[in-house]
Amino acid sequence: MSGNINLDFSLLKKLTQAYGPSGNEKEIAGLIMGYSKNHVDNVETDILGNLIIRKKGRGKRIMIAAHMDEVGVIVTHIDNNGYLYFSAVGGLNEAGLLARRVMFSNRCYGVIGRERKESEEEKSKGKYFIDIGVNSEEEARKMVREGDMAILTGEFVENGSHIISKAIDNRLGCFIALEVLKNYQGEDDVFFVFTVQEEVGARGAKTAAFAIEPDLALIIDTTISYDTPKEKYRTSLNNGVAIKVMDRSIIVSPVIKNWMIDIAVKNNIVFQSEIISAGGTDSGPVHLTKGGVPTGGIAVPVRYLHSGSEITTKLDIESAYRLLSELLKNPFAS
Amino acid sequence: MFLKELCELDGVSGNEKKVREYIIEQLKDKADDYKIDKIGNLIVRKKGMDGNILGVPKVLLCAHMDEVGLFITEITNDGFLKFQTVGGIDPKILVSKTVVCGNEVPGVIGSKAIHLQKPEERKQILSIEELYIDIGAVSKEEAENIVKLGDYVAFASRFERLGSGFNKAKALDDRAGCSVIMQILNNQYRCDLVGAFTVQEEVGLRGSKVISNYLEADLAIVVEATMAKDLAETFEEEWIVELGKGPACSLMDSATIYNPELIQKVAELAEKLDIPLQFRRGTTAANDAGNIHQAGRGIPLITLSIPCRNIHTMSSLIAMQDYENCLKLVHSILENIQVFCSNT
Amino acid sequence: MTSLIQGVFNQFPAEISKDFMGNNYVIKKGIKSKQAVMLAAHLDEIGLIVTYFDNLGFVHFSTVGGIDQRTLLNQEVIIHGREDINGVVSLVSREKLTASKKSFLIDDLIIDIGYSQEKTVQLVKPGDVVSIKREPFTMLNQNIAGKALDDRAGITVMAVCLNELCRIDHKHDVIAVATVQEEVGLRGAFTGTDRIKPEIAVAIDVTHAQTLDTKAQVNIQLGKGPVITLGPNIHPRIYSGLQTAAKENRIPYQIQPVAGPTGTDARVIQLSGQGIPTGLVSIPLRYMHTSVETISVLDVVDCGKLLAYYIASLPEDLEELSCF
Repeated sequence: MSGNINLDFSLLKKLTQAYGPSGNEKEIAGLIMGYSKNHVDNVETDILGNLIIRKKGRGKRIMIAAHMDEVGVIVTHIDNNGYLYFSAVGGLNEAGLLARRVMFSNRCYGVIGRERKESEEEKSKGKYFIDIGVNSEEEARKMVREGDMAILTGEFVENGSHIISKAIDNRLGCFIALEVLKNYQGEDDVFFVFTVQEEVGARGAKTAAFAIEPDLALIIDTTISYDTPKEKYRTSLNNGVAIKVMDRSIIVSPVIKNWMIDIAVKNNIVFQSEIISAGGTDSGPVHLTKGGVPTGGIAVPVRYLHSGSEITTKLDIESAYRLLSELLKNPFAS
Repeated sequence: MFLKELCELDGVSGNEKKVREYIIEQLKDKADDYKIDKIGNLIVRKKGMDGNILGVPKVLLCAHMDEVGLFITEITNDGFLKFQTVGGIDPKILVSKTVVCGNEVPGVIGSKAIHLQKPEERKQILSIEELYIDIGAVSKEEAENIVKLGDYVAFASRFERLGSGFNKAKALDDRAGCSVIMQILNNQYRCDLVGAFTVQEEVGLRGSKVISNYLEADLAIVVEATMAKDLAETFEEEWIVELGKGPACSLMDSATIYNPELIQKVAELAEKLDIPLQFRRGTTAANDAGNIHQAGRGIPLITLSIPCRNIHTMSSLIAMQDYENCLKLVHSILENIQVFCSNT
Repeated sequence: MTSLIQGVFNQFPAEISKDFMGNNYVIKKGIKSKQAVMLAAHLDEIGLIVTYFDNLGFVHFSTVGGIDQRTLLNQEVIIHGREDINGVVSLVSREKLTASKKSFLIDDLIIDIGYSQEKTVQLVKPGDVVSIKREPFTMLNQNIAGKALDDRAGITVMAVCLNELCRIDHKHDVIAVATVQEEVGLRGAFTGTDRIKPEIAVAIDVTHAQTLDTKAQVNIQLGKGPVITLGPNIHPRIYSGLQTAAKENRIPYQIQPVAGPTGTDARVIQLSGQGIPTGLVSIPLRYMHTSVETISVLDVVDCGKLLAYYIASLPEDLEELSCF
């Protein structure tokens, strides 16, 4: 593949390490705003908190969307001893939570604990809580209140060609959108939308698409990589960008899909298909907006999705970047 | 207060007519206009004192009219009625209860007498398939003349006082919310008010889906009833909300993540005015807010709920002080609307 | 309850008295007044009893008489404490049960009365009796649903019978006894019969009527007339006398053979003194021991009339009737 791509992975590091569970995306939005303001014409935050960055042009209205939010937990109760009880925000796997570290927006850290159970039968039943290292409710309340959200921590590590971090889903999408935005030279009216609340049901994208009424929408997200030791033949790492065919929320129009595949082939971009029967993304509500919006999706495969240790590779990131750039050069015309 | 009358009206999801007509009757002289949309939602509008000044905020107040109930699916050869549930009903609560079917036909849900059971039978839960309604008909023909397939069935239950300041009734979810909004619509505020009394909330937030297609507002307040489980042997952290501790402000549920700044403003206002307020600890279940906050370009929204024990049963309980405080809080938000609509 | 009974029976030219256990006696004199016919229906009903309250003020309870605990959830009740207190039966923890198909037990239930623990302690004491709160509910075909129709229906039958007997001549004294403590072991009937020493007796109770889920077990139909029992617990000539009275007066009736002692007052009445010729008539009833017991008013009226005609038809000397 052509080697003259120079992506700034230090930006990806900052984006992944920022705090931004669903409904609390202010911090990450601020970060993105800071990076993009020199390259764009208009920046706006809507009622739900979507960040809409516009590069004005005379051509088509094109919406590029990547969600900013990450999965997390929300505090629902604080007991007398200062233990915090919580619910999941987005698709967190409760079984993998024990002893994980979490972080609140004020940088208060905690550890997820659980009552020690004697019998095997009881083990699956215990309720998880967060221990923030205090002795009383009063002490706890100085740092945390009901409704506060925390995210799973996970350092950003570059392991040669691979990257390990928390929140690769979907700061990676934000990262790719930002890099494309920086280099965009076209004539179209492009709205780069950094959406909120994707992890809880793609809620932000819905109102953003309603307001923008795009002629074309492209969604950048991550997708499950199925290349665990015993599983094969499905989306996997190092096989390039995944072009969305179907998920629970959308069946991509064959016209759109073929346009994307044609561009990928023409430009020698490695790609694979994303076909999943569970889970939806922003593309779902967006393509159903008003009279319907032509919508496509590109995704980067990620292992251990929704954990503090997601893994992706630079090869796939670069092919996603190239595909999106090329798609914008030759936008789909209906 | 309209609560007693509202609760004693039958309005199972899809059959909210009586409730709607009652609300119209009570509000038509107090509001500027009202309309009923094609799915049956009732929209009542009331201009603010600031009249036609440009930019006067518009506040949407929403409660659902429907209640959970049953639905007749079969009339047996002996004249008994088989049914399904409309909305979330635990089949365990149905045994040995009185109901009203279709056009005011009384019936009972009985079960096999204890004398006729084997001991093991008593250890099993009776499923919906095993239960049936007895209206006293002697034959299929007689029953068919009186009830029809698809008739709605509501619980027979009165609105009554209980203990120190509690009230028992069916359908408190969400006639309590309807009643609060009706009382609010009796007043006039600086801002414009839109009262939305929705249908089919209990079967998947269906009415509010429709209003979210055409209503716009600068702020929405959803008034609900929410499940309280503050009973013995339930762990405190699982209580969700407690009766008597004031209305509950939602933080997150399965359809909505509420805006933290708005929640903060509600909490500050309540504290300033000494109105008790609690936070809804659970994050499951959903209400009309899920559709409304995603309406159009999005509507800033809060949900205030009146804690309710035994929700979705014929004997739900609320503390009247929670009702009064909820009313007070909604009133105060509207009185201080500039605080809530300033930066949105 | 007693005062209510006296109110009902005061309208007849009859003497009313009460014994120590609480049985009520209504004596309607006959023309000859030589011998006595006893009618017996029980006054008591199944119910609940307070066992303790927890520190949140919720009332825990146990059952009195055979109650299917599954019929109690979300039921409205009245605790007969220092005053009558309304309450609602709730599950202490729903979560415990949602996963399995297993039913909850009586220990999983509490009564929520909406008072603090301090107030609850003042109002309620362990041992207080709890009854189900349910107004009678009228359905099609003069069917009535409600609690405690077992055996208030029987009491009503006695009232209808005495009312009829005001219009027709009868030779013997009729003593209608509203008995106590039937549900816990037929205790009132046992002592009551011994006090009045009747020549013959007829007990009036309820019996299961067929429903959708009891077709294999029950033949008796609601609304098809009173049920006349026969079997070892029943004197054959009382059985045949009741049957004849029904036929002659065109009263619909159903027959129920019972192969051993019945579960009614008749069981102990028969064994009183030197033995008492005993009959049993029953009102068909659906959903026994629940709060939606269902009977037909027509069956009740027919049953009262049947007893009256039977009593009027009795010979001058009941002695001969008691011979086999």
